[in-house]
Amino acid sequence: MESPAVEVIDLVVRYGSTTAVDGLSMTAPLGAVTAVLGPNGAGKTSTMETAEGYRQPSGGFVRVLGRDPHDARGPDAAALRARVGVMLQEGGVAGAVPAGEILRYTAGLYAHPLDAAGLEARLGIDGVRRTPFRRLSGGEQQRVKLALAVIGRPELVFLDEPTAGLDPQARHATWQLIRDLRAAGVSVVLTTHFMDEAEALADHVVIIDRGVAVAAGAPDELTARDAENSLRFRGPGGLDLAQLLMALPERIRAVEETPGSYRIEGHIDAQLLATVTAWCAANDVMPEGLAVERRSLEDVFLALTGRELRA
Amino acid sequence: MTTLDLTPRPEAGAGPTLVLRHARFEVTQLLRNGEQLLLTLVIPIVLLVLMAKVQIIDLAPSGGLDFLVPGIFCLAVLSTAFTGQAIGTGFERRYGVLKRLGSTPLTRTQLLAGKSLAVLMVEVGQVVVLGLVALALGWRPTHPSYLAAVLFLVVGTIAFASLGLLMAGTLRAEVTLAAANLVYVLLLLGGGIVVPTNKFPASVAHVLEWLPSSALATGLRSALTGGGLAGHALLVMLIWAVVGFAAAARFFRWE
Repeated sequence: MESPAVEVIDLVVRYGSTTAVDGLSMTAPLGAVTAVLGPNGAGKTSTMETAEGYRQPSGGFVRVLGRDPHDARGPDAAALRARVGVMLQEGGVAGAVPAGEILRYTAGLYAHPLDAAGLEARLGIDGVRRTPFRRLSGGEQQRVKLALAVIGRPELVFLDEPTAGLDPQARHATWQLIRDLRAAGVSVVLTTHFMDEAEALADHVVIIDRGVAVAAGAPDELTARDAENSLRFRGPGGLDLAQLLMALPERIRAVEETPGSYRIEGHIDAQLLATVTAWCAANDVMPEGLAVERRSLEDVFLALTGRELRA
Repeated sequence: MTTLDLTPRPEAGAGPTLVLRHARFEVTQLLRNGEQLLLTLVIPIVLLVLMAKVQIIDLAPSGGLDFLVPGIFCLAVLSTAFTGQAIGTGFERRYGVLKRLGSTPLTRTQLLAGKSLAVLMVEVGQVVVLGLVALALGWRPTHPSYLAAVLFLVVGTIAFASLGLLMAGTLRAEVTLAAANLVYVLLLLGGGIVVPTNKFPASVAHVLEWLPSSALATGLRSALTGGGLAGHALLVMLIWAVVGFAAAARFFRWE
């Protein structure tokens, strides 16, 4: 059987007395897009950097394309490192070097690189080829770093927050490139704070919190895991929801989110929908924009990792 | 929309090609960097012309141009191999450039080989330009031993580059920037480069002669004025090169 792109078992990463990753296990399937989600400080970057070969695990083990990523630092390193492309979250490029020059230099480190001009055009950075890296906008810098990660035609790419700071057009170009990479058989492992990004791109999602994986699966599986969904509608403000709830089964919750905007949460079925519309009719209320929605990935994420702000 | 064949085809470039590409990339960066050009060419040329034409220090007893020109060559090595590498590599480390290169097929050995090659290429350019300026000023090497001169330039480069990388790999980039420039000025004035060490009190002069810049300048002077290979200076130079290289290899931090 072929090894998965990335296999992490009981990974522990410590920095001094701080434990960043605390017994984390996850798998990134071959040829798929895997999104790693988690609040700040959850251990995403530590896990990525261990898989990239930058850190030695304090415990547990990591295999990348069936190999110990730390081999990438030892002899026979070049061959393994050519197979894996890395986009770091921070830094990595000297500010004075023109964007096109750093990309062409990096292409020259590989035997069969992508066409630099074609890649620049695809990512919309062909106009800034002669601009020093430090003078690029944040979004342009991100796309240059993405280009550096894929220029060598790797089998696997690690992208740490590839769309942070991108405008919608740039984000779309980045998404399209990630989809095309996947279609070409490249395995992609990315971290992101954007749930819509994970829903749109990922075949496989891993949610990390406090150094462990708290959920994993296809986005559809995660959002359908329990039978909860929600019903939304708009009407006049100040409806008597207590009265409505008396007509509904137990464990159903109802809130007026903003004046005139209502959400009912729980196991919503056809019977419940009929009860709600009947109650509206009895109160002479027209429920506008009535919609039954499955939980979003964001709902799942917040349910698992909590809503409080982290430092 | 351009078609790009994204199908994986990973393979590292050939080792020697990577070293050459890295050297070329570094030289391009060096030539683009204004401060770096100031350090590698403008300051040595200005000093050479000024000290040859205006008597800031009376160099006649020490040999005039025969004293000054080898000192300026030594300054060229100091600026490129030490100051330039210390500052450049310090900021590469700070910006995570070295970290990112760590995920490409370029190995650390190839990176260092590429850097060394770049330094040597720049030094060749410096020696040619400074040599031509010196010839125009009337300098003529007497019974030169070019082999001895090249030996000193190479060993001196290894010593200074090791010391520069040691600084870049252990200190913060801003500290390196300040310290590398300070060391440059101190060695320029007190390291036997343009001021003869015998202008200092004898006790101080004895210490100054053990500095790598003094050893390099003395060795070059001997080689270019018919004195052949200066054994003691070479020994001092070798000690600095071996100790510097070992310390850099031991203490350099890539991140």
